[in-house]
Amino acid sequence: MSNEQDSVSDILEDNTYKYGFTTDVESETFAKGLNEDVIRAISKKKEEPQFMLDFRLKAFAKWKTMKEPEWPNVHYPKIDFQNISYYSAPKQKKKLQSLDEVDPEVMRTFEKLGIPLDEQKKLANVAVDAVFDSVSVATTHKKKLMEVGIIFCPISEALKEYPELVEEYLGTVVPVGDNYYAALNSAVFTDGSFVYIPPDTISPMEISTYFRINTEETGQFERTLIICAENSYVSYLEGCTAPQFDTNQLHAAVVELVTMENAEIKYSTVQNWYAGDKETGKGGIYNFVTKRGKCQGDNSKISWTQVETGSAITWKYPSCILQGDNTTGEFYSVALTNGHMQADTGTKMIHLGKNTRSSIISKGISADYSSNSYRGQVKVGKNASNARNYSQCDSMLVGDKCSAHTFPYIETANSSVQVEHEAATSKISEEQLFYFESRGISRENAIEAVISGFCKEVFKQLPMEFAVEAQKLLTLKLEDSVG
Amino acid sequence: MLEIKDLHAGFDGNEIVKGISLTINKGEIHAVMGPNGSGKSTLAKILSGHPSYEATSGEILFEGKNLLEMEAEKRSLAGIFMGFQYPVEVPGVNNAEFLRMAHNARRVSAGEEEIDPLDFDDLLSEKMKTLGMEKKYKERNLNDGFSGGEKKKNEILQMAILEPKLSILDETDSGLDIDALRVVAEGVNKLRTENNALILITHYQRLLDYIKPDFVHVLSNGKIVKSGDKALALELESQGYDWVTTAN
Ligand SMILES: Nc1ncnc2c1ncn2[C@@H]1O[C@H](COP(=O)(O)OP(=O)(O)OP(=O)(O)O)[C@@H](O)[C@H]1O
Ligand SMILES: [Mg+2]
Repeated sequence: MSNEQDSVSDILEDNTYKYGFTTDVESETFAKGLNEDVIRAISKKKEEPQFMLDFRLKAFAKWKTMKEPEWPNVHYPKIDFQNISYYSAPKQKKKLQSLDEVDPEVMRTFEKLGIPLDEQKKLANVAVDAVFDSVSVATTHKKKLMEVGIIFCPISEALKEYPELVEEYLGTVVPVGDNYYAALNSAVFTDGSFVYIPPDTISPMEISTYFRINTEETGQFERTLIICAENSYVSYLEGCTAPQFDTNQLHAAVVELVTMENAEIKYSTVQNWYAGDKETGKGGIYNFVTKRGKCQGDNSKISWTQVETGSAITWKYPSCILQGDNTTGEFYSVALTNGHMQADTGTKMIHLGKNTRSSIISKGISADYSSNSYRGQVKVGKNASNARNYSQCDSMLVGDKCSAHTFPYIETANSSVQVEHEAATSKISEEQLFYFESRGISRENAIEAVISGFCKEVFKQLPMEFAVEAQKLLTLKLEDSVG
Repeated sequence: MLEIKDLHAGFDGNEIVKGISLTINKGEIHAVMGPNGSGKSTLAKILSGHPSYEATSGEILFEGKNLLEMEAEKRSLAGIFMGFQYPVEVPGVNNAEFLRMAHNARRVSAGEEEIDPLDFDDLLSEKMKTLGMEKKYKERNLNDGFSGGEKKKNEILQMAILEPKLSILDETDSGLDIDALRVVAEGVNKLRTENNALILITHYQRLLDYIKPDFVHVLSNGKIVKSGDKALALELESQGYDWVTTAN
């Protein structure tokens, strides 16, 4: 029996990581280490307003009193935070006037990653902010968005151009001392994206940020803030890759979303950071991310969709605070782990307003020696009458050396609440694959069909372009080893 | 078309098929009968290329090609179809899409273009109609939650879509109600041509009343202990297996 299963898990084998190359660019990198001076230097480098420096220093003071969390079901050697550089940027002239001034190597890197940035080739209906190590290097379609009043720019730029907006919202969803990594991020973050959708505006295109870690010993600490005003809508996409190094890189991002009355944010991620060597588990990204949205206005909605296929360790719980009445939070997730990957991911739905609804659909696929945990919390406050939650957490095991765990936590302080939780575990069996083959369908197509069938409910939440990419990515992870 | 020569086979070193020889020509129908556990399904799985079963000696030729060297996928593309005794459930995979994948795999391997999805839908509707299958089969997931009889019908639907040269139907009749048996048998008969052949594994004469076999073989303990024409099946029906298995 175990032999049989092995052959299935071979198929789920990662092909060599396609994005594992490094780009040779001249960068300016801070010496390793972390202290107040480094934080002041980052803030100065970015020519930030005073409130930002104060915010950072407060976060740093908080962080120093905190401990790395030990509750996630992941294992790794202690991180030496003094052995990381907190700032790295491709060297460039003072301020970029146009895309022509971006280092052509950097432009080529993004093109290789399928994200062409220059005017002729850029994606027609997706606006992209490209973040390379610690800085945003290019943002497309900015003007077009500005015509309808949408602000889409690197957060470093927003701090200069719209400091009041940033000051009003930054840290209101994820406070500086929220958790260990969020505090660290708040102290040292270097760039990320800022989006503001004015009232009564449906974004005319998808908005996206693409993160690329390039330098070996820098951490990436990006910060994203999206504000969607009354009666507005935006769909936001996030993608990421990193080169292949033997050492681990730390990626500790914070994403904050705020929706006003009747607004909706749909946030989708396809995460494909380098996962480390498949056999030895060496290298790979530590992806310790805090993502949280606040449905502040009544009748607003936040929906998280994630397809997690990379990183050596993932620690990530995109959450919703359902503060307004009649607000809705959704979480759709596919997490694939193989090799020696470890993922502890899930969501938190905090019901505060009346008639709030949340739904959670989580699909975990584990293969090889990997460990895949779902951790979800549904918390209902005492004023949240008629709150409802539906959770469904399915796991698929490939082989018998991997593991899947489900940790649901439900806390309700109101008796009019309805909470439903379903969980199921399945396996891709040799018998299923044989059935396909006996109908002339290749093993590779069979696996693709079974996996995409398993993930269907999540994929259909992704915007078209992304759904295709996610599907391709999962198949790619499975492909090369077939036949 | 198919030539099995002194085949020994089994799984994990257990020999289940203990020296079977059988020749099947175009246009013929062979019924294989025999007591539970005699090795009928094992023989069928060996023919379809199930990876858990292994031939230890002997030979199988299909249209002159060495079948044992071909992967299950290639055997199917070469025109062999297996209707399973216990079709596996595949949750999440839509039945109609699965059928289209299988149909397209055939076309692509024959150097043709994939079928237009709408044309395929028409083809599927037509085949389903001849098998008296309701529309819901299109929307449901592959065998997922199907009743025993529904699974069997779905196997025959696949056969109708794939139009194989050699079909091996392993107890397709068991689980079908009386009306369904008639409809399915008629469906199978409609698919018959001078150029294809059929192996029917069954326990019951009922099926053979509808699909008339040219030959009947009795399998016992991994061997063919008796072969004859359709009269043999009638004899078995009235006398049981004892008289053939002990007489041997
Ligand atoms: N994968 C397997 N694991 C364990 N035993 C098996 C396996 N496959 C076949 N066998 C055994 O081999 C023998 C033949 O089984 P097979 O399924 O071929 O019988 P059959 O003639 O089809 O019987 P039935 O009429 O009940 O369908 C049985 O004793 C069965 O238990
Ligand atoms: Mg059988």
